[in-house]
Amino acid sequence: MFNNLSILYHQGKQFIPDVTTAKVPGIFHGRPVISMVKVDEIELKELCPVNAISVNPVSIDLGKCTFCGECAMRFPEKISFTTDYKISVNERKSLIVKEGDEKQMTVNPDKVRKELHSLFGRSLKLRQVSAGGDNSCEWELNASNNVQFDLGRFGIEFVASPRHADGIVITGPITENMAEALQICYDATPDPKIIVLVGTDAISGGIFDGSPAIDRSFLDKYPIDLYIPGNPAHPLTIINGLLDLTRKRK
Amino acid sequence: MHYLTIKNNQSVPVSDIPEVSYNAFLVLNTGMVVESPGRHCVNYFGYRDDEKIKLICCIAGDLDHVIYISSCLVDTHMELASFTAKNLCFEKFEREIHENFGLKYSDHPWLKPVRYSHDRFDKSQTMANYPFYSIDSEELHEVGVGPIHAGVIEPGHFRFICNGEQILHLEIQLGYQHRGIEKLILEKKQLNQLATLAENIAGDTAIGHSVAFAHVWESLCGFETSRDIDFTRTVALELERIAIHTGDLSAVCTDIAYQLGSSVFGRLRTPIVNFMQEWCGNRLSKGLIRPGQNKIPFTQDLAKRLSEVLDTFEPDFTEMNKELFNMPSALSRFERTGVVSVEDASAIGAVGMAARASGVTRDIRLSHPHSLYPELNHEPIVKRHGDVYSRVAIRRKEVFQSMKYLRTLIANVPEPSDSTNIKALKSPGAGLLTISLVEGWRGEICHCAITGSNGELKHYKIKDPSFHNWMALALSVRNNEISDFPICNKSFNLSYSGHDL
Repeated sequence: MFNNLSILYHQGKQFIPDVTTAKVPGIFHGRPVISMVKVDEIELKELCPVNAISVNPVSIDLGKCTFCGECAMRFPEKISFTTDYKISVNERKSLIVKEGDEKQMTVNPDKVRKELHSLFGRSLKLRQVSAGGDNSCEWELNASNNVQFDLGRFGIEFVASPRHADGIVITGPITENMAEALQICYDATPDPKIIVLVGTDAISGGIFDGSPAIDRSFLDKYPIDLYIPGNPAHPLTIINGLLDLTRKRK
Repeated sequence: MHYLTIKNNQSVPVSDIPEVSYNAFLVLNTGMVVESPGRHCVNYFGYRDDEKIKLICCIAGDLDHVIYISSCLVDTHMELASFTAKNLCFEKFEREIHENFGLKYSDHPWLKPVRYSHDRFDKSQTMANYPFYSIDSEELHEVGVGPIHAGVIEPGHFRFICNGEQILHLEIQLGYQHRGIEKLILEKKQLNQLATLAENIAGDTAIGHSVAFAHVWESLCGFETSRDIDFTRTVALELERIAIHTGDLSAVCTDIAYQLGSSVFGRLRTPIVNFMQEWCGNRLSKGLIRPGQNKIPFTQDLAKRLSEVLDTFEPDFTEMNKELFNMPSALSRFERTGVVSVEDASAIGAVGMAARASGVTRDIRLSHPHSLYPELNHEPIVKRHGDVYSRVAIRRKEVFQSMKYLRTLIANVPEPSDSTNIKALKSPGAGLLTISLVEGWRGEICHCAITGSNGELKHYKIKDPSFHNWMALALSVRNNEISDFPICNKSFNLSYSGHDL
């Protein structure tokens, strides 16, 4: 008992007081900024392992990007990754960062379904489905719940049953072998419900795009409410994305 | 000689591997494993060679530090005697070969599907009609769990046969995570695509798998790693071990409802993964390891930072462990729960930390050392009881051991090689076979590549430590209460994606 109290005392306060303004340590591959400098665009495009870079104008699709930083290392004058972790959006096209773009990436309030704020603004229960995820995004979703990031303080929790959930969180490129289970889980979740895609693999298939062993037809059937990019997505990206979607802005 | 003897990370021409008759192949390989407990099978696979199937078996000699490779060419319509009848550790390899190519075995105990790979031989076998073992009884009942589990984890289906609260039998159905990685590795042509695939095999072992891939590729290209590259990889592997072991201690505490342990170990993982981010920009170190280069060198400043991180980590970690391992309510849940005997562990070919917890001394860092491990004179930590306690205690000890190694390593950080001196990677040689063994935090990772006549990858075989250890989990829960399943499961923390590929 006293030993436990002494550990508590030694640990002190661990939680991040404000997850919307916290700084990430060291180098972090967050929102990229692409300058207008002219470089060998073909070489730049071919450098990317997942075809996330397009040319004319140069742009990076964060839904495909694995944040390996290869492009920024080779062309530092053209591409740099900022430590801005607020890169979750609710429209697929907003994930594409073009050259010269400096503005922050945000959830477009006009595209958020009206009932989401009133229904889920103070309490959101989510069922996570890993469909071919490599356990990295799952790992970071769990980290979002630890004592430091403490997603639970906002009333956002992961639940065991889809019947208790207000939406599903998908990680992984959606394998053929998992497609049926995902559909059953979605159908078991009561309406109204949201779909959140976490990680590059879920948003575009990532490096697995085009593999015959994946089946992404589920995503064609339903609207997606939130895209949280990353490989894996950082807990602060996850938390800020979910808050942006469900909270009314002042 | 019916086999070829090679070292870890050595490339040899495929044509040098003796091709023997199936009978000789069977006697040779099962004999090696049965006669000597210091040998085990690290990989056994097949690939198409014209109309036939070429089988390649790799047996590692743990005491003589070499790998014995032999091969055999078989027809698909032949019915073969199984290795499994002689030694159980081949069981899963033969099921995999059967699933992929439809090879028939006359005396394999049960050729169950392994992962329902997309290019399997028999497409009528689907996830939905898995042939579960069942017992016809009025008194027994079955409990099915998954593929979607209660927590935020990967999918897999567990089918328990229970007598009241007691588990008689557990069968684990996997394959939900199958993304076709081995095929994609053959199809993608750019090196950074292959490296990206390797680090996505299992996200929690991004370092382990990408180091194994890098070793394979460098060996195929005849590239000699410099000291700074080896240094980076050794440091990264040990950091990964500390981070994941600490997180696992948190998970075990969660499952025995010890909130303080769960919170403290959970938060202690953060400074370690945040250090990885300071180093390479990713908390799981994706993007750090690339073949033929030291992409993000480990600097003196980072060494100073790591030393600070470890100095603040250690007292908290020690204090929390002292409390956990002296708490009767925790110990009563750990001790004699989920036992895997030393006989069972060696019979099924268990590897890594789980095998060492059952008294099997099996550690690539000792038996086939690579990178800077020869200098560290690694001594594996081995426990005898094979219960949850052993698997938890081994994590605590390995974390301290890894910290000791890291402190030794960072006392002498090598200068990054002069970039003007770095030789570019050549393309892989033609007609070669390479095998790479790496001790990840879970255990032995084995990558094996074969190149064709133009140096293109012809076959790539990945074996995650979970491949064998899932069977260890199934055995461990027998005669335990079903309520102890979660803590048995967490004490192994196996990879679904690493198994399903």
